[in-house]
Amino acid sequence: MTQWHLPVAKVAAVRIGVICAVVAALEILCRLGTIDRVTMIPPSEMASSLWDILRSGRFNSDIFFTLYNVTAAAVLAIAAGFFIGAGLHALPRLRRLVVPMLAAYYAVPTFVFYPLLIVAFGVGRTALVVMGALFGVVAMIVNTTLGLDHVPPVVVKTGAIMRLGGARQLLLMRLPSAAPHLVTGVKLAVAYSVIGIVAGEFILATAGMGKRIAFSYDNFDNRTMYGMLLLLLIGVMIVNGALSAWERRLHRRFGQR
Amino acid sequence: MTSRRLDQILLAAGVLVLWQLLHWAVGPDVVSSPWATVARAIELMRTVAFWGHAAATASAFGLASVIAIAAGIGLGLWLGLHRFAGDVADPILGTVYSIPKITLYPLILLVFGLGISAKIAFGVIHGIFPIAIFTMNAVRNVAPVYRRTARVMRLSSVATAATILAPAALPEIVTGVRVGVALTLLGTLIGELFAATSGLGFALIRAMDVHAVTDILAITMLIFIFAASVNAALGLVERRARHGG
Repeated sequence: MTQWHLPVAKVAAVRIGVICAVVAALEILCRLGTIDRVTMIPPSEMASSLWDILRSGRFNSDIFFTLYNVTAAAVLAIAAGFFIGAGLHALPRLRRLVVPMLAAYYAVPTFVFYPLLIVAFGVGRTALVVMGALFGVVAMIVNTTLGLDHVPPVVVKTGAIMRLGGARQLLLMRLPSAAPHLVTGVKLAVAYSVIGIVAGEFILATAGMGKRIAFSYDNFDNRTMYGMLLLLLIGVMIVNGALSAWERRLHRRFGQR
Repeated sequence: MTSRRLDQILLAAGVLVLWQLLHWAVGPDVVSSPWATVARAIELMRTVAFWGHAAATASAFGLASVIAIAAGIGLGLWLGLHRFAGDVADPILGTVYSIPKITLYPLILLVFGLGISAKIAFGVIHGIFPIAIFTMNAVRNVAPVYRRTARVMRLSSVATAATILAPAALPEIVTGVRVGVALTLLGTLIGELFAATSGLGFALIRAMDVHAVTDILAITMLIFIFAASVNAALGLVERRARHGG
C-alpha cells in the first residue's frame, strides 16, 4: 500500500456532497411529480413524518415492541450460536458435515417457518423472538468456529507455558484472540434477528414496526409508511455502524486479517 | 473416502431422527413427519403446476443474477480503478449492503408493482452490492508491482486490463459472485413471497395462507436442496478460479 492517499477530509466532504445530491435529486423529482406521490413522498416529508411519529409518541408501543423482541432474539442467537459454534469447533468430523448445510442456510428464506411457529406459540412475542433467534443463530455459529480457528497456536502454547487451567485459558487467551470474529458474529446475528423479526411482523403480528409499515402500506398511508421505514433504517444503520466500528477496532488491535 | 461417506449417511440419519422426534413432540399441525414430507415433495414434482412455478423462479433468478453480476462487476471495476471515487463510495456501499433489504419491500412494490420485475429487482438489490464491494477490493489489492511491470513492458491499458489486472483480481471477484448469487437467490425468493403471482415463493405463501403444513415443508425442503446445490456449484467454480489457474 505505497499508493498515495487523498486527504480524508476531502473524501468525506465529497461523500456528504454525493449523498446530499442524491437526496436533493429525489426531492426535486418528487416535487415535480416525475415520481408520483403514490410511489414515493419527498424525502423532506419523510423526515417531517418521522419527526411527527417521534414527537407524538403514537407508535411508541410498536417501536418498543420491536426493540424488545430484537434484543431478546439477538441475545438468544448470540448465546446459543456461541455454544453450538464452540461445540462444532471441538468436533471437526461433525463440523465438516454440517458446514455445507450452514452455508446454504441463508439462501433459504427461513421465515417460511413463521406460520408454523405461530401455530406452536400463538400470535405474539414468542413466535417473533424464536423467528429472529433462528435467523441469527447460524451467523454466530459460523463466526464462532472461524474465530476459534484463527487463534494462533502460539497463543495456546503460551497459555500452556503459563500453566493456565482450562477455564482461564479460554477466558484469558482464546476468547480475546477470537474476539474480532466473535464481534463479526454478533453484528451479523443482530442484523439477521432484525430481518427475521421485521419479516415476521410483515406477515402476521399484533404490533411492531413491521406490522405498522405493512398496515400503512395496505391503507395507502404513504406518509406514515415512509416515516416508519426511515426510522427503522436509521435505527439499523446506527446499531450496525456502532458494531462495525467496534469490529474494526478489534481487528486493528489483534492485527488479524 | 469411505469414512466420509459413512459420516454423510450418519448425518442424514441424524437429521431424519431429529425431524421425526420434533414431529412427535409438537404434532402434525406444526411439523409434518419426514416421510409424509418427502412423499408430498415427490407428489408435487409430478405435477405440471410445480414445474411452472419452478421455471418462473429459475428465470427470475437467472435474469437477476445476470444483472447483479454485470452491474456489480462494472461498478466494482470502475470504483477499483478510480481511487478517489472508490474512497468516497466505500462506506456508502457497505452501509447499503448491511441494510435489511426486506424492509424495502413496500418501496419495491410501489415502484415495480406485483410481478416478475419486482422479484428481479429484489434479487438484484440483494446481490449487486457484495459483488461490487468484492470486485472493488480485488482491483485495489492487485499488487502495485504488477502495474509497474505492465508499465515497464509498455502494455496498452486494454492489454494491462486483460493480461494483468483481470487474472490477478479474478479469484476475489469470483468469491464476490458466489456470495452475490447466493443472496440473489434469497432476494428472488423473498420477492416471490411478498410480490409475485407465480414461482416457488408464491406457492409457499399460498400454502402458508391455507396452512398446508406438509406443503410448506415439502416446498421448503425442495428450495433448500436447490439452494444447497447452487451453493455447492458456485463453491466448485470458486475453487477452480483460485487454484486451477
